[in-house]
Amino acid sequence: MRQPLVVLDNVVKRFGSHVAVKGINLEIREGEFLAVMGPSGCGKTTTLRMLAGLEDPSEGDIRLAGQSLVGKSPHERDTPMVWQSLALFPFLNARENVEFGLKMRKVEPAARRRRALDWLDRLGIGEFAERPVDQLSGGQRQRVALARALVTEPRILLLDEPLSALDAHLVIRMQAVLTKLQKELGITFVYVTHSQSEAFAMADRIVIMSKGEIAQIGTAREIYRAPINRFVAEFVGRNNIFTGTSQGGGHVETPFGTLTVSGERAKGTPVSFSVAADLMSVSATPTATNSIEAQLLSEEFVGSMVTLFFEAKDGTELKVQMPERSFAALPLDTSRSVYLNFAPENAQLLKD
Amino acid sequence: MSLAPTRILLRIYIGILFLFVFAPIIASFVFSFNSDRFPTIPLGGFTTHWYEKAFFNAELLPAALNSLTVALSTALLSTFIGFTAAYTDYRYQFFGKTGFLILGLLPPTIPLIIMALAMLGWLSNFHASGMVVSIVIAHTVLCAPFAMAIIRLRLHQMDPNLEPAAHNLGASEWVTMLNIIIPFTRPSIIAALCLTAAVSFDEFAVSWFVSGLNKTIPVVILEILTGNIDPQVNAIGSVVLLVSIALVVIAQSLVMGRTRSTGTAS
Repeated sequence: MRQPLVVLDNVVKRFGSHVAVKGINLEIREGEFLAVMGPSGCGKTTTLRMLAGLEDPSEGDIRLAGQSLVGKSPHERDTPMVWQSLALFPFLNARENVEFGLKMRKVEPAARRRRALDWLDRLGIGEFAERPVDQLSGGQRQRVALARALVTEPRILLLDEPLSALDAHLVIRMQAVLTKLQKELGITFVYVTHSQSEAFAMADRIVIMSKGEIAQIGTAREIYRAPINRFVAEFVGRNNIFTGTSQGGGHVETPFGTLTVSGERAKGTPVSFSVAADLMSVSATPTATNSIEAQLLSEEFVGSMVTLFFEAKDGTELKVQMPERSFAALPLDTSRSVYLNFAPENAQLLKD
Repeated sequence: MSLAPTRILLRIYIGILFLFVFAPIIASFVFSFNSDRFPTIPLGGFTTHWYEKAFFNAELLPAALNSLTVALSTALLSTFIGFTAAYTDYRYQFFGKTGFLILGLLPPTIPLIIMALAMLGWLSNFHASGMVVSIVIAHTVLCAPFAMAIIRLRLHQMDPNLEPAAHNLGASEWVTMLNIIIPFTRPSIIAALCLTAAVSFDEFAVSWFVSGLNKTIPVVILEILTGNIDPQVNAIGSVVLLVSIALVVIAQSLVMGRTRSTGTAS
């Protein structure tokens, strides 16, 4: 079992009357790739900035390897950060940017030059070492920023939406670079993003934040398959959410009729549950349980997967995801209604 | 095709405008080499006599020295004050900040003659009028806002994460100031130095009121002129003009050059 490297203990951050972070508790393990995800204004960046010491928590404690960080100036911490804007020093060349952290630690010029060049080589941009940073491409600047943060060999690296300014194809490339680096170095990455695909592609664990609180912590699979509440189910996206009233015995009265779920709620209580789009099936005639009549609205292809958008009788939009091959074999006729089905065990009960 | 006459007219207009601005200056430059005492056409022969006369003028050399001393000291002082004010504006949020900025930028809007009188009265209270240092004080009040405006412009081009990024990499506040803020603002600092030196070097009204016996060049020029028409003024003027133009051109090229190259620099 990996030990927690960082502990956030009931951390609160207020800006005037606005509470940006509402008492979060989080353990970040040594050597893990942790993604912190949520919509803008959820407190994810504030949390990261508190780790770097750029903001001080209003309440609570942050400990790195058992030592409290609260009250320590940013420059006394070893928590380098990769910035969304990269924040490269424009009047220095690539190598001088990377050397900066070593210079601050009073490393000898020859040694820091060698270490900076090593890092630039390692990230594949050794040949651009003497270029001014404004003459580098987006991907190259990204790598300079990474090298600059990693050159001091920290135990933890903070990343604040570092890929958000890059083109889509570069994002995929940099994701591979980041995961490979993290595995090789074995250090902890804390990666703040609003992009689900980035978080799901790279992270060991994902923290989902909403309105200054942690909504759920888990692996990508856990978050996708078992969203804990409506917010997470909606944020993750590919989920159909149903609300209704429990009839007891796993039956839920919904606008689509009585649906059956596995799991029990007291009779008469409101119930909501989600069913992942890829766990729904389509048939021409209704099945015995959980069949919802709907009409196909549109389809969306992503690689070999297709997402079908249906409209139920009451106007609710429902999503079904399947491999393109299965979609081709479906007897779909847009003029006629079809039935969308799901197994009771695939319904995930939500907390709210 | 309908645009063509308009464009020709605009060009003529700009030509006339420049002629109107620069003709007197060029005339003064031409007449500074004219052997005739009075500025008339046709010109007399070519001479450097007026330059020699100006150079050996007993009043002029000390005045030039005063002007240089004042311009240099003013440039250093007002750029320092302007920098600290601009950085305060960039870095901190505080109550009364708008008032602070308005007060900081106000002095150039005060009519020079009012400012000169006020300075004279104020400095006399401290028995500090009539000295070279009095002119420096008065010029610094006048020039610091220009320095602040130039440096402020540059600071606003800076990625707001640059300073935290330096802290994050282990630089303390002072180290960040020396390694990040000053290098980033260097072009604007040099521009501010040149521009404030130029303003101080040319300034007449305030100098005339507070300088006493320590005259600066513009004061001496006026004194020569009040006596008689003397072409050596053309010679002095040409030299002063060249110095001022040089300072302003350096300042402009630094400010403009950097403004263009920062678009992609963060």
